[in-house]
Amino acid sequence: MLKMTHLSKVYRTEVVETYALRDFNINVNEGEFVAVTGPSGSGKTTFLTIAGLLETFTGGQYHLDGVEVSNLNDNERSKIRNEKIGFIFQAFNLIPDLNVFDNVEVPLRYRGMKAPERKERIMNALERVGLASRAKHYPAELSGGQQQRVAIARALAGSPRLLLADEPTGNLDTQMARGVMELLEEIHREGATIVMVTHDPELAARAQRNVHIIDGQVVDLAEDPRFHQAVHAARANSPA
Amino acid sequence: MSGMFVHNLRLGAASLRRNVLLTALMIMSIGFGVAASMVTFAVFRAVSGDPIPQKSAQLFVPQIDNRGPQYNRNGEPPEALNYTDAVALMRAHKAPHQTVLYAIGLSVMPADEHRMPFKAQGYATYNDFFSMFEVPFQYGGSWGGAEDESRSSVVVISRSLNQKLFAGANSVGREITMDDHAYRIVGVTEDWDPKPRFYDMFSGNAYANAVEIYIPFTLAIDQKVDTYGNNNCGSDGKRGDAHDGWVRGECVWISPWVELDSAAQVQAYRQFLDGYAKEQQSAGRFNWAPNNRLRNVHEWLDYEGAVPPESRISLTLALGFLVICLVNTIGLLLAKFMRRAPEIGVRRALGASRADIYRQFLAEASMVGVAGGLLGVVLTAIGMLGVGLVFEPHIARLAHLDVPLVLLALLLAIVATVLAAFYPTWRAAQVQPAWQLKSN
Repeated sequence: MLKMTHLSKVYRTEVVETYALRDFNINVNEGEFVAVTGPSGSGKTTFLTIAGLLETFTGGQYHLDGVEVSNLNDNERSKIRNEKIGFIFQAFNLIPDLNVFDNVEVPLRYRGMKAPERKERIMNALERVGLASRAKHYPAELSGGQQQRVAIARALAGSPRLLLADEPTGNLDTQMARGVMELLEEIHREGATIVMVTHDPELAARAQRNVHIIDGQVVDLAEDPRFHQAVHAARANSPA
Repeated sequence: MSGMFVHNLRLGAASLRRNVLLTALMIMSIGFGVAASMVTFAVFRAVSGDPIPQKSAQLFVPQIDNRGPQYNRNGEPPEALNYTDAVALMRAHKAPHQTVLYAIGLSVMPADEHRMPFKAQGYATYNDFFSMFEVPFQYGGSWGGAEDESRSSVVVISRSLNQKLFAGANSVGREITMDDHAYRIVGVTEDWDPKPRFYDMFSGNAYANAVEIYIPFTLAIDQKVDTYGNNNCGSDGKRGDAHDGWVRGECVWISPWVELDSAAQVQAYRQFLDGYAKEQQSAGRFNWAPNNRLRNVHEWLDYEGAVPPESRISLTLALGFLVICLVNTIGLLLAKFMRRAPEIGVRRALGASRADIYRQFLAEASMVGVAGGLLGVVLTAIGMLGVGLVFEPHIARLAHLDVPLVLLALLLAIVATVLAAFYPTWRAAQVQPAWQLKSN
C-alpha cells in the first residue's frame, strides 16, 4: 500500500542543510495498522506529510498504491489526496466557519460528487462516529473529542484506502483519547489501512506494528530502550 | 462546475460577513475609485465622442489663407472664411455636396400678441446642410436649391420652437415673424443637437444651447442679418464700413463644409483649393503662396481642441486614484486571504488543487467587485451633481448617468477587483499545506 525506499528529505538554507529523513525505508501493507513512533524532532510528522503527498521529498522513491508519486503534478497529487487518503490531525483542523455537515462535505465537494451522494456519505460517516445529531453544530460548540470525531468522519466520508493520523489523541484528555482510539481500531477492523504517528507508547502498543524513527531513520525499537519498555508494559497491561 | 461556483459564492459571502469592517473598507475603496473614474469619464465621453460617426470621415472643412503669414498662428490659415471665399466655394460647386453657414440670432414675434418676443438662435446656411449632416425631421423637410437661389423667406424650425409656438402641431406652411420679416415654415426638425457642435466650432458654440432656426444663407445676406457668432478681422481689427463693407471685407465669420466620398474626391478638392488660391494670388489679392487645409470631422475637432484639457487631466487623475484604490484593495485582500492560511492548508490537504483555491478566492473577490460597483454607481450618481464644481456649466450639463455607464461601472469594478485579487489569490494558492498543518 505504502512503500518508501531510500527516501530522503533535506531542508536547505543558505548556510545549512538539515536532513529530516535520511535513507528512510518503510513498507506498509494493505489492511495494516502501523504506529510510527519516535522522539520529538525525529522526523515522524515529516514522514506523514510526505506519505500524504502534502510535501515533496528530496531523494529516493515513494510508491503509493502502486503509483510512483515523485513525478506527479499538483493536480494529480491533489486528486490522489482527495480520493485515496484520509487525514486526521492532532489539532483536528476543522474549518471554524463551517458547521459539522459542511466540514465533512469539504473533500467530497472537491471530488465533484452529486449532492444526494454527498449527503448520504456525510450522514453515514457522522452516524459512524456518533455525531449525526450534531450535523448543524459549529466546531466551537463541540468538545475536543467530538471535534476529533468530526475530523475522523471527514476522513472516512470519502472511503479512503489509507488513513493517516498525526497524534490523533494529542489534544484530548484520557477518556476522549480512549474513545477516539477505539474508533480507529474499529475502522481498522473493517479493513482500512492506518498509519498513525504518535509518541505515546500506550497508543503505539495498540497498533499491529511499530515503526520507530530516530534522527530521520527507521531504527529497531530496541535502540530506544525506554520507549521499548514502555510499549512492552502497555502491551502487557492491555486487555487484548 | 456551476454548483461549485455557487458553493464558492456562498463561502465568499460567509467570509465577507465574518469581518464586516475589512469588507466595508474594500467595498468603499473600490466604490470611490470607480465613482471618481465614472464621473470624469462621463464628462470625457460627452466631449470626446464622434458627433456624426456615420459620416465623420466624409465631411471636410476647407480653410483658405486670406490673411497671409504675418497674421497666422503657427502658419495655420484662419478657422473660417470671409464672404468672398465662401461664395466662391459655393459657386464653384466642386464637391458633391457643400454648404456654408454662420450663426444668427433673430427676434421671434409670437402670433399671440400677449406673449413677449424672444430671441431664437440658429444658422443661415444652404439646403445641403440638412442632407450632409443628416438632420432628422419631424414635419416637412429642408428647403430646396431653388429657394437658395431665389433668396426665399423660408425657415426650418426645431421641435422645441415648434412646441413653443404651435404646441407641437404640424406647422409646415404656416408663417412666423422674425426681426419684422415673415418666414414660411418648410420643416420642423426632430431634437437634433450633436455634441460637440462640430459644424460651428469657430463661434465657440461646441456645447451651446440647441439650435432653433435655420434660414437660407442667401436670404440672410440679403436681409443684412449680422453674425451672432464670432467674427475675426485679423490683427488690424477693422471690420469695414457698415454692413456691406464688412461683408465684402477680409473678416472671417463663415464656416464652410463639403462632403467628399472618396480619396480621389478629397485629392481633387485639395487641388481645387490650391488652384483657387493661385488665382487669387495672380489677381493680386493674396501676396503669398497657397496655404489651404482640408480637415475631416475628427481632424477638425482635434485641431479645434474640442476636448477641454481639464477633462483629460481629471480623467487621468481619476484613473490614477482608481489604481491607488486597487493597490489598497490588494493589500486588504492579501491580509484577508493570508489570515485564512490554515483553512487553505486544510482544503489543500483534503484534495483542493491550486485551481480550486483560485476559484474560491476569486469568487470572493468578484463579490467585493460587485458590491464595490454598486456603491460606485450610487457615488457616481451623487458625483454627477457636483460635476459643475469642476467643469464649466455648459460642459457639466452634458455629463449624465445612463445604462451604459452603470454597466461600465459594474464591469470596471468587477474586472478591476478580480485583477487586484490575482496576487493575493496566487499567494493563497501557494500556501504549503504541510507547513500550515505542522504549525498547528
